[in-house]
Amino acid sequence: MTDSRSQILGGIAKSLGRISGDAQRAAARERIAAHARNLIPARAQLDPADQVRLFEQMALEVSATVARVPDLDAVPDAVAGYLAGHNLPAELRAAPDPALDAIPWDRRPTLTVSTGRARDADAVSLTGAFAGIAETGTLMLVSGAERPTTLNFLPDTHIVVLKAEQIVGGYEDAWDRLRAQAGSFEGGMPRTVNMVTGPSRTGDIEQTIQLGAHGPRRLHIVLVEG
Amino acid sequence: MESTAHSFPENARRALQDDTLQYMLAKSRSGFQLRRAAAAQRLPEFEALRDQGRDLKNHVLEHLDVYLEMFESKVVERGGHVHWCRTAEEAREAILGICQKAGAKTVTKGKSMIAEEIAVNDHLEAHGLIPIETDLGEYIIQLRKEPPSHIIAPAFHVSKEQVADAFRAAHTDLPPDRPLEEPRELITEARLMLRRRFQEADVGITGANFLVAETGSTIIVTNEGNGDLTQTLPKVHVVIASIDKVVPTLEDVSTLLRLLARSATGQEFSAYTTFSTGPRRPGDLDGPEEFHVVLLDNGRSALLGTEFQEVLRCIRCGACMNHCPVYGSVGGHAYGWVYPGPVGAVIDPALIGIKEAGHLPNASTFCGRCEAVCPMRIPLPKMMRHWREKEFEEKLQPATMRQGLGVWGWFARRPGFYHAAARMTARMLRRASGSDGKLGSLPLPMLSGWTEHRDLPAPEGRTFQELWAERRGKK
Repeated sequence: MTDSRSQILGGIAKSLGRISGDAQRAAARERIAAHARNLIPARAQLDPADQVRLFEQMALEVSATVARVPDLDAVPDAVAGYLAGHNLPAELRAAPDPALDAIPWDRRPTLTVSTGRARDADAVSLTGAFAGIAETGTLMLVSGAERPTTLNFLPDTHIVVLKAEQIVGGYEDAWDRLRAQAGSFEGGMPRTVNMVTGPSRTGDIEQTIQLGAHGPRRLHIVLVEG
Repeated sequence: MESTAHSFPENARRALQDDTLQYMLAKSRSGFQLRRAAAAQRLPEFEALRDQGRDLKNHVLEHLDVYLEMFESKVVERGGHVHWCRTAEEAREAILGICQKAGAKTVTKGKSMIAEEIAVNDHLEAHGLIPIETDLGEYIIQLRKEPPSHIIAPAFHVSKEQVADAFRAAHTDLPPDRPLEEPRELITEARLMLRRRFQEADVGITGANFLVAETGSTIIVTNEGNGDLTQTLPKVHVVIASIDKVVPTLEDVSTLLRLLARSATGQEFSAYTTFSTGPRRPGDLDGPEEFHVVLLDNGRSALLGTEFQEVLRCIRCGACMNHCPVYGSVGGHAYGWVYPGPVGAVIDPALIGIKEAGHLPNASTFCGRCEAVCPMRIPLPKMMRHWREKEFEEKLQPATMRQGLGVWGWFARRPGFYHAAARMTARMLRRASGSDGKLGSLPLPMLSGWTEHRDLPAPEGRTFQELWAERRGKK
C-alpha cells in the first residue's frame, strides 16, 4: 500500500512535469490557511431580519414546516400542538443537549421526553441545530456526545429547535461560526456535520419526487425568535 | 463491470427498439432539463460560479499530489485510515480486507460510481459477504441484477411496474396480493425492507462527492438519507473515492456545492450534505468505530498533463447526459460501461482503452449542449474529437472509413482536383435527385446507411466555391 501511495503521488508529479513540489506545497498551504471566500450570492448577504424570512421561505419550499415561537418557554406547547395535529404519539426522543435544557417540558406533563441516541422504535426526535443557512433553508447539525447523529435520520419525524440568532446568510458564514468554536471539537471539526434541507426524498421511481425515502418523512423547525 | 462498449452499435439498436426504455427516456428527460434551467436562472451568480468552479478545479489538478497528502494527514490525525489504490483490483482487495478484519457478514452501501467502477459487490459476494445497496435506485437495479443507466439516477430506465415486479420477486415474506401500483407504496416497502438491513450491517460503504484537504473530511450529497444511515449505524465506515475528488477548503467546497445540485436535479440544495471526519469520538453515542478512506487512481493520474486533464474537473452531476440527444435516444446501458453520456464518452476510453470504447466518442452529434450545461465547463466535444484522432492514429477505425478518409485526404491536399471532383459530384447528385430536391438513396453501400431512414437534401448544382466566386465577382 505504501508502494501504491508513492507510485500514485509520484505519477501525479511526473504527469504534471514537476521535479520538486515545494512551490506547490507552499501555495496549497497558503490557500488552506487563508481559506478565502469565493463568490457569495447576493441572496446570502441580506440583513438579519430578511435572512430569517428567506430561511423560512426556502425551508417551506423544500417541504419542511416552520413554527415561529417567541421564546424557549413556548416550545413545549408548539411541539405538543404539532404532534397532536399530525396524530403522532406524545413521545419525544431528544438530544441530551444542554442548549435544550432551558425548555420547560413540565408545562406539558402529557409529553414524554427521553434523551439519548435514536432507537428503532422512536417515532419523533427533537434536536437543536448549530446554524440555519438562509440561502437554501438549510440546517447545519453537528455531532458530539450531546448530539447523536442517529436522531437526525432514524425517526419518522424530526423536530429541530432553531434560534433566530443562529440563522446566517450563506454556508461560509456557518463555517466561520464553526471555526470560531473550533475549540469545542477535537481537531476543530465535528465528526459529522449534517446539512439538512427539508425531509428525506427520492426521485428514483420514474423521476417523480416522493418524500420520506429512508430518512425522516417530516422535518419540523421550531424557530425561536427571542 | 464487464464492458460491452465495443458493441455500442448493437446495444444502441436494441435500445431504440425497447419500448419501455423509450417511454422512460421520453418521460423523464425534459423534467431534468427544465428543473436545471429554472435553478440556474434563479441564481444570478450561477454563470460566475461556474467560472470559479472551473478555475478552482484547475488549481486543484495542478496541485493534486500535495492536496492529497494534506487530506491524508488530516484523516490520520483524526484517527482514520487512508488506503491508496492504483487499480480497481487493489481497491477491491483493500475493501475486502477491511470487511474481513471486521468479521463482517452484511455490508450496506450508499450510492457510489467508484464502487461500480471497481465492481466491489461481485468481489464481496465471491468471498461470502452480502452487499446491500440502500439507495432506492441502486437497490432496484441490484434486485434486477443490472448496472446503473445514469450516474445520479441509477434506475432511470425502469418503470414503476418493473419496480413492483422486482419487489414481488424479492420480498417473498410480504403478502403477495399487496398493492404496489403507486410510487408511494413502493417507497414505503423499500424503506421497511432496508431498515432491517441498516441495523444488521457490520460495515457501511459510501462514495464521496468531495474530499476536503483542510479538514480531512469526506462529503456525501444525497436526498434519501440512506447514505447517512449506511455510515452511522455499522461499526466500520469505508469511504471509496477517486483521487480527483479532493478540494482545498470548506469555502471551496461550498462553491462547488452551489453548482452540484442545481446542475444535477435542479434542486437549490440536496436534502442531505454530510461531512464526515474520522471515527466516533470519546463520549459519542453513535457513529462508526473505524473510518477508512480508499483512494482510487485507476488511470486518472495518467490523464494529468494530457489533452484529457480537464475531464478530471467533473463533479458527476449528470447534466451532460440529461441534455445529450444521443443519451436521450439510447439511454445509459447502450454505452456499455460505468459512465454513460458525453462524460462517459471521454472518461471510458481513458479508463478502459480506446480500443474497447472507441465507439463512444463517435456517438455524438457535436451539438455542444453537454459543454453548454457542464458546471465545470469541461470541453467535452473537443475531447471526443481528441479520442477520434487517437483512434485514427492507432488505426482502429474500419478499413472502409480509413480508406474513405484517405481518398478525401488525397483530394484535400490537391485543391485543383478537389474543386473539380466537388463540381462533378454536386452536378451528379443534382441530376440524380427528384423534383423535390431530395435523394432517397445513395449508391455506395457505405453511404446508404445515411438514407436508410431519411432523405439527403441534394446540392443545388454548384459548389460553395463557385457561388462564392460569383458573389465576389458581383461586388
